[in-house]
Amino acid sequence: MELKEKILSSYVAFENGININSDLHEIRTKALQNFEKLGFPTKKLEAWKYTSLNSILKEDYSIFPDREAAIELADVKKYFIHEIDSYKIVFVDGKYSSFLSSTTHDGKDVCLLSAAFSKDKYKPVIEKYFNKIAKQDNLTSLNTAFASEGAFIHIPKNVEVEKPIQIINFNTGKENAAMLQPRNLIVVEKNAHVQIIERHQNLNSNAVLTNSVTEIFTDTHATVDYYKIQNDNENASLVDNTYIEQQKESTCSVHTFSFGGNITRNNLNFYQKGEHINSILKGITIIEGKQHVDHHTLVNHIEPNCESHQDYKGIYGDRSTGVFNGKVIVEKEAQKTNAYQQNNNILISDKATINAKPQLEIFADDVKCSHGCTIGQLDDQALFYMQQRGIPKKEANALLMYAFANTVLESVKIPEVKKRITQLIANKLGVNIGFEL
Amino acid sequence: MSKYTEDDLREELKTKEYEYGFYTDIESEKFPNGINEDVVRAISKKKNEPEWMTEWRLEAFRIWEQMEEPEWANVTYKKPSFQDISYYSAPKKKPKLNSLDEVDPDLLATFEKLGISLEEQKKLANVAVDIVMDSVSVATTFKETLAEKGIIFMPISEAIQEHPELVKKYIGSVVPPTDNFYAALNSAVFSDGSFCYIPKGVRCPMELSTYFRINEGGTGQFERTLVVADESSYVSYLEGCTAPQRDENQLHAAVVELIALDDAEIKYSTVQNWFPGDSEGKGGVFNFVTKRGLCETNAKISWTQVETGSAITWKYPSCILKGNNSVGEFYSIAVTNNHQQADTGTKMIHLGKNTKSTIISKGISAGKSQNSYRGLVQINSRAENARNFSQCDSLLMGNECGAHTFPYIEVKNKSAQIEHEATTSKIGEDQLFYCNQRGIDTEKAIALIVNGFSKEVLNKLPMEFAVEAQKLLEISLEGSVG
Repeated sequence: MELKEKILSSYVAFENGININSDLHEIRTKALQNFEKLGFPTKKLEAWKYTSLNSILKEDYSIFPDREAAIELADVKKYFIHEIDSYKIVFVDGKYSSFLSSTTHDGKDVCLLSAAFSKDKYKPVIEKYFNKIAKQDNLTSLNTAFASEGAFIHIPKNVEVEKPIQIINFNTGKENAAMLQPRNLIVVEKNAHVQIIERHQNLNSNAVLTNSVTEIFTDTHATVDYYKIQNDNENASLVDNTYIEQQKESTCSVHTFSFGGNITRNNLNFYQKGEHINSILKGITIIEGKQHVDHHTLVNHIEPNCESHQDYKGIYGDRSTGVFNGKVIVEKEAQKTNAYQQNNNILISDKATINAKPQLEIFADDVKCSHGCTIGQLDDQALFYMQQRGIPKKEANALLMYAFANTVLESVKIPEVKKRITQLIANKLGVNIGFEL
Repeated sequence: MSKYTEDDLREELKTKEYEYGFYTDIESEKFPNGINEDVVRAISKKKNEPEWMTEWRLEAFRIWEQMEEPEWANVTYKKPSFQDISYYSAPKKKPKLNSLDEVDPDLLATFEKLGISLEEQKKLANVAVDIVMDSVSVATTFKETLAEKGIIFMPISEAIQEHPELVKKYIGSVVPPTDNFYAALNSAVFSDGSFCYIPKGVRCPMELSTYFRINEGGTGQFERTLVVADESSYVSYLEGCTAPQRDENQLHAAVVELIALDDAEIKYSTVQNWFPGDSEGKGGVFNFVTKRGLCETNAKISWTQVETGSAITWKYPSCILKGNNSVGEFYSIAVTNNHQQADTGTKMIHLGKNTKSTIISKGISAGKSQNSYRGLVQINSRAENARNFSQCDSLLMGNECGAHTFPYIEVKNKSAQIEHEATTSKIGEDQLFYCNQRGIDTEKAIALIVNGFSKEVLNKLPMEFAVEAQKLLEISLEGSVG
């Protein structure tokens, strides 16, 4: 495969720009070898049965956009949740933009992975956490091999971060198609609390392939609230790999809002390594055109008395395709697990496709596990009822769809994010939903 | 009074051997181990088959040689060596009989032990039995009654001789030799099986039934069943299995094809109790079966299965809902105990408009067993108003077993309505306590609860089968809750 060759040969150039005399480099080299062995995923792999990357691997991506591209705040302001005060870690073409960012080291570290790599004081944290839970699969290995930049968030114990953190990756790629490999490391110590909003945005009509890896460690009694907003243009493809390890009594929730992009693949993995853990995975997908969104979730219940809640809603128009592959593993020791999974889908076009595979693997007997998966249409009678009362069909449709997706929206904790998502949904459905939240 | 404790029970079960494990020595003609084109030709010649059939087998064999054994199923086992199996064995004293008196007394004794005495079956159950004993049918009953209605029910080897036009038209039409590894192997070497044809507008007056057994040590059994229900006809077909105890693994790779033409209905029920291996997981039958039905307009196919046996089960009775308004149903109970592994489920392929399918799957795992449901519901783009309801429930006993579900749902039509739900639970202590309190011992209480759990499927079985199945469930799960 051409792209694979190109990536492999560019590794030498990559090595020139980094410090190769560190333990880190060993990890990278191993990861590269792993990728060389595995290559890009194909449809022959069970995990990629419904998602083919072939069409996007043909592009001639530049692996290292070396040009410093300047962008004006006014042009990109709309991509931030700007109504609230927040920390911002912004990358333009994979490079940190200090101009757009606002970071801190005051009692907590909200900064860059490259800085964490190079400074001695972060060494113990990096050694303890970096690349510890990321899977050794093909695309994650590829990211690990080139891991050099991304967000580094370290919240010490008992710290409640007072405002949300936004991580935004812009791609300007004016001349070339580009490949980006952001790598984020988030460590939340005991009793700490943090809210994070992540977004990838292409500013150009050239293709971009983002292969992102995020590792999140949630220590005892910590709370992490993570929001992924995916509303990119149709030339942007994203493979988002997120790995979350939770210690006892912690809570971690990830909301994924997929409203656009060419091919979007979300690999969301939870590993529960203590008792009384709560994991929440929610998502709304509303796509049209030829877009493709694939949610691949894994919740691994390892210890007893834990919970997981999954709720994914999807609305698919035109020729779009949706995939939901949710896997829950309950290990032998994980008695009294309560795992819940719900996936509801609506097809609004004859050409749209949905492939669902809600999967349970259970090895313990005293557990409550259930999953439900439905595919259906809007209720004709409800539509009729609203039309009868003077609500135009389009609005009535939108209201029903909004209500359909609302179970996911309800648990969004940041009001401004909720508002933004509501606006996005309204735009998506082409109506003005006449109420404020 | 000494109390019969659970430990006693566990001990008893450990030492208790497979009840139906015995071995009748009928002098049988057997091919040497191994497979090649000559073996395939020899089997065909042995059966005195016409040229087209031989060619069909050879074609299948060539396809099989190119194929690889599938590994995607959620089971682990030592792969059988296909060159260590004898592909043909027939009871030597092949009797052409009209009544039971002429049957070899040894054979009759075997049936007696299995508790399915022919006389009784004939008298009480009003069931025509086409017995397959190590691949060659030795007795066919009620044939005359069926003949009056124009129903053809005979071993497929005879059907190839007597009704070649029907066999030629339908064999491989639903499960082509190219379908999968085991189907290809079966197509090449199938020894015998049943053929059934119900003419237009005929409602088959009785349940058709075949009892398959493996009897000769080391012979894999390759059954081929073909059921064709012509327009507006109805047939209910039963299949049940028991197998003698054996130390080496026995391979069973059957193919069942059902064809329901316009307005026809086929009900196919299976009770499967192949030898599951002993408590250490040694021995036991490998059951790799391909079952599929094709529904034309307004037709209906209903699969009901109770799976309690086999060391490895790999079985997906499926429906292709080709005609408009056709209906597919799948009701299954799969019980695994000790070291058994089951990977079973169904495929519902919706092609026609207004097609409906229902899937009810109940998995019960105990001991160190693994029980998987694997299913596919596919709604194609032209299948307007297709409807599917799936329910997969698992019951776990003990924390050494596993229950897994792998449902695949693929929808390409917006008017489709799909519902899938799955639950996993265990037998509640309060439920057991309630029963104990009322004087029902734990073992009985479990049987009661399991029966309740599987009721929806048991109800779908024909009466006499339901009784047998209920008993099987109890036997299979004895002592599995500690």
